[in-house]
Amino acid sequence: MVTRRLWKSLATGILLLGSTALASAGGTLRVGMTASDIPLTTGQTDNGGEGMRFLGYTAYDSLIEWDLTTSDKPSTIIPGLATSWTVDATDKTKWTFKLRPGVKFHDGSEFNADTVVWNFEKLLNKDAAQFDPRQSAQGRSRIPAVASYKAIDPLTVEIVTKTPDATLPYQLAWIMMSSPANWEKQGKNWDNYAKSPSGTGPWKIVSFVPREKAEMVPNADYWDKTRVPKLDKLVVIPLPEPSARVAALRSGQVDWIEAPAPDTVPSLKSAGFKIVTNAYPHNWTWHLSRVEGSPWNDIRVRKAANLAVDREGMKELLSGLMIPAEGFMPPGHQWFGKPTFKLKYDPEAAKKLLAEAGYSPAKPLETKILISPSGSGQMLPLPMNEFVQQNLAEVGIKVSFEVVEWNTLINIWRAGAKHESSKGATGMNYTYFIQDPFTGFMRHLQCNLAPPAGTNWGYYCDPAMDKLFDEVRTTFDPAAQQKTLEKIHEKYVDEALFLMVTHDVNARAMSAKVKGFVQAQNWFQNFSSITMD
Amino acid sequence: MLSYVLKRMLLILPVALGVSVVCFLLVHLSPGDPLTAILPTDASAETQAEMRKLYGFDQPLPVQFVLWLGRVLTGDLGTSIATGRPVAFEVGRAVVNSVILAAAATLIGFFFGSLFGFVAGYFRNSWIDKLASFLAVIGVSVPHYWLGMVLVIIFSVQLNLLPATGGGPNGSSDARSLDWDYLRFLILPAVTMSVIPMGIIARTLRALVAEILSQEFVQGLTAKGLLDRGVFAHVVKNAAPTAFAVMGLQLGYLLGGSILIETVFAWPGTGFLLNTAIFQRDLPLLQGTILVLAMFFVVLNLVVDVAQAAVDPRVKRS
Repeated sequence: MVTRRLWKSLATGILLLGSTALASAGGTLRVGMTASDIPLTTGQTDNGGEGMRFLGYTAYDSLIEWDLTTSDKPSTIIPGLATSWTVDATDKTKWTFKLRPGVKFHDGSEFNADTVVWNFEKLLNKDAAQFDPRQSAQGRSRIPAVASYKAIDPLTVEIVTKTPDATLPYQLAWIMMSSPANWEKQGKNWDNYAKSPSGTGPWKIVSFVPREKAEMVPNADYWDKTRVPKLDKLVVIPLPEPSARVAALRSGQVDWIEAPAPDTVPSLKSAGFKIVTNAYPHNWTWHLSRVEGSPWNDIRVRKAANLAVDREGMKELLSGLMIPAEGFMPPGHQWFGKPTFKLKYDPEAAKKLLAEAGYSPAKPLETKILISPSGSGQMLPLPMNEFVQQNLAEVGIKVSFEVVEWNTLINIWRAGAKHESSKGATGMNYTYFIQDPFTGFMRHLQCNLAPPAGTNWGYYCDPAMDKLFDEVRTTFDPAAQQKTLEKIHEKYVDEALFLMVTHDVNARAMSAKVKGFVQAQNWFQNFSSITMD
Repeated sequence: MLSYVLKRMLLILPVALGVSVVCFLLVHLSPGDPLTAILPTDASAETQAEMRKLYGFDQPLPVQFVLWLGRVLTGDLGTSIATGRPVAFEVGRAVVNSVILAAAATLIGFFFGSLFGFVAGYFRNSWIDKLASFLAVIGVSVPHYWLGMVLVIIFSVQLNLLPATGGGPNGSSDARSLDWDYLRFLILPAVTMSVIPMGIIARTLRALVAEILSQEFVQGLTAKGLLDRGVFAHVVKNAAPTAFAVMGLQLGYLLGGSILIETVFAWPGTGFLLNTAIFQRDLPLLQGTILVLAMFFVVLNLVVDVAQAAVDPRVKRS
């Protein structure tokens, strides 16, 4: 009797379990992020690209935004809270931004020129009451060009740059607009603001539990009607451990996970999950040292290394989750240009080049490269680097690795190849966010950005390259600027300035119930078009 | 008695100071930069220097230590670099979650451990004993994280009965009730964590029960005509104090949290927090968590010592 009752209650329990799992689906999308905490909710987020993706461009807007609506071409910048912008014909440092009328923050207050100025003060003016060191740490290094800003009228803002700089619009796409009225309401305290945030974005952050989850609901009054979210709710959950992420997806606890490990992809696919990938401005390279004595100062050695890597073979290793590099930018990128040096797998040609440089498999070039066992954007650094190591050994470049932890590698990258922490290494496996002209090209190779001033780790310096960078900054016609950017990329590839190996494909795995997602070729994504079956 | 307690409490001071020095040095001497977690990777040298100053990392280590100690003495554990929230808040939440997990794991471990131990000891050298001993050995030796993943694959992925990760349907903090929606999140991590205390309790009890059974009073009870069931009850009574003592020790051990189990299940306890803090080089959070856990053990030891002294006066004199 007792056992029968026990079985009965067990069965009811199981049924109940099933029904709760069903009830929680509906119009709610639950996302498992790789971050270990909810990114900062006050506007300028932390946690890198993922933070901006899930809690930046969802709840907030910037003056200029990325077009995230298409997946078949690299995204470009488009009007956001600013409807148009012009640079002064005589004084090329003076920019005028016309603001979008009628935009309201989630708290109901109005967005205007004063709020824009207030937000710049939040990041740049240490004496302003609303200055926030946390947001400033994230934001100010994104807008190095900005010297001053002022409101001309309620819908016009003037920004003056330190020197003429045509990349200003790209820089401004980073800067999120928080609500001054809400800050007042929260007792002029950013910690309180973080708990009940207010932006102008398509999503409102309605609740969050630190380190566990954040919930967003649609902003029905969003100014861009095509981007009013269709879902009822968007929930983001930090799940830093890759196997926990996959388990959460497979057990139906989340509907979407970021960055599934490549070895889990075949089983996820066979269990009916969708793997969504696309090119995006990311690359996986060896950043080469150009310090005196580095073997990579010889262009024949650089080209030989680039010809020695079997990128298709590596793609198999990664279950297809990569795009073999054809240049520094992903294939098809608008700045790709027409480089003449082709990054194909040709070990014979590589051996010939090395022989000219005085090396052979019998008498190999020996050098040391810095790598990390893991890290944001580094993909699977250990097996991938070992793969490259083996390829290079076959043509006569004998590489030994100096393995350091990811956090340490970042610090060595900042310190530069000449610094003692680099331990005499002549290269570093580093992956790059290459979304705009500065992060894509200039910061790596501009002469005056060598450490400690910047992150030109390898101390590369070529006046001809610097001239091209200056040209980008002073060319205000987008079409002409584009031509210069192509020339820069051609120079990157033709002179084999990096060992260019691969691009990540920004893989995410999701349940078949997720419909309508368009994966833009960008670090950021649009969640407004998504529905749940 | 009072003077003994006071003396023991005074002894805590040097221990606490030692603990804080060691945990401060451990955290600060390991390589890595705490600001990496909060600055964009290509932040300018100027921004870095400013943030370093803001967080006080530009000061010499001894000065940093004294300042930190001063704040700790006033009850301020500082602010987490990565999250900007007070360390006391972060650690407090995590400790509560770890205590819940440890208590659940101990209960499960105690129940099954005692069951296996008594049965194995009572039916010594029978197949039941062998089976129970086998399970106990597995319990002590199986790697936690592996068992955790296997349980997730079976109960979450294949059978879809229990959630794979997390501390509750709406996060752990707003669900401290005993309702099923919340409890189901606790089951897999608690079962995974319970296998070690289960194994240890089972092995201890098996030996103990066997020993009790060989004593003369058991023969006496049987001679008196008591049935097996009655004899067993006496054996249980004699073994219980040891079982509880072992359980207490195991509870203390589990309260420290398990980095592996909490990470596998994304359970928001101290182990998960420590893991995150280590990878982010969140020094204030790391220092605060280690210090709180260390002090926890110091106080626990004190309580045990005092309790023992209360029961057994000989302890006071030694």
